[in-house]
Amino acid sequence: MTAEGSLKNDLMIYVGILVLAGVQIFLAYHSPGVLRMLAVAAVQAVLAVMYFMHLKDEKSTLRLALVPATIFVLVMMNMVWADSYRLIHMRPFPK
Amino acid sequence: MSEANMTLGHAAVGHSAPPMEARPFAVPSKKLVMWLFIISDACTFGAMLYAYGYIRNAAPDWPHHFESSSIINVALMTFVLVTSSLTMLIATRNAKSGDKAGALRFTWITIVLGLVFAALHLREWSSMINAGVGLTSNPWGAPLFGGTFFGITGLHLVHVFSGAIALTVVGLGYKRGRYNADDIEIWSLYWHFVDLVWMFVVPMVYLLNVAQ
Repeated sequence: MTAEGSLKNDLMIYVGILVLAGVQIFLAYHSPGVLRMLAVAAVQAVLAVMYFMHLKDEKSTLRLALVPATIFVLVMMNMVWADSYRLIHMRPFPK
Repeated sequence: MSEANMTLGHAAVGHSAPPMEARPFAVPSKKLVMWLFIISDACTFGAMLYAYGYIRNAAPDWPHHFESSSIINVALMTFVLVTSSLTMLIATRNAKSGDKAGALRFTWITIVLGLVFAALHLREWSSMINAGVGLTSNPWGAPLFGGTFFGITGLHLVHVFSGAIALTVVGLGYKRGRYNADDIEIWSLYWHFVDLVWMFVVPMVYLLNVAQ
């Protein structure tokens, strides 16, 4: 891949991330929802991590060492929702 | 003969170094450490955003008060920060190809864009503080809105300032020959991470609370 071709790819990813940001703003006014917003943000994050941070070009062992553990920790933080919903009704325990 | 004994035997008679296994990640140790820092910081921001979601979900009167002027400001901030990521990417590409002047030029542009982002953010903070929003006060509803808003955006702003300082130090060091292209690349990873966090902060903190 030539240096010029790579810069063209970088510019396409840059425009793609900005377009997705515009999609988020559109969703905010027309169809707001946490999961929709997170899904768009996740696509932006994948583009940034793989192409801007060049994780796509690194050895797969580095990707395997970094990504699954991080996603696991972030997903496990969802345990807070039971208590958050409990607080809405001020119950002493989650339903 | 075991592999360990063969190794000792080779060393004892002054042979060349024994064959080593391939490095598992094939990156310089500095770069690996930066990646490890990035994933730990991602978990920190994740915890902050989950805590924000926890409080927002449980609060009966969470304000939806970001008018279109605030959203336009946030869109401009996003454009500035994503553009700074692009300029840092170009700086890294120039550094790797040996174009030192080009690498430095785009590093300085990145730092300036980062400071523009910070200035826009502080301007927004100022207008919110003047409206009465504080760490424990909020004229529009739940008092914890202020604490969570300033906590999350403040932590991000600290990262932006830290990144600007770090890039300045690395840029000056690179100019003097103390640092090399690898160091520019390593700190570009940090800067891209700061941009990546903003991509989650904007929808969670701003866009879910627009004034309809």
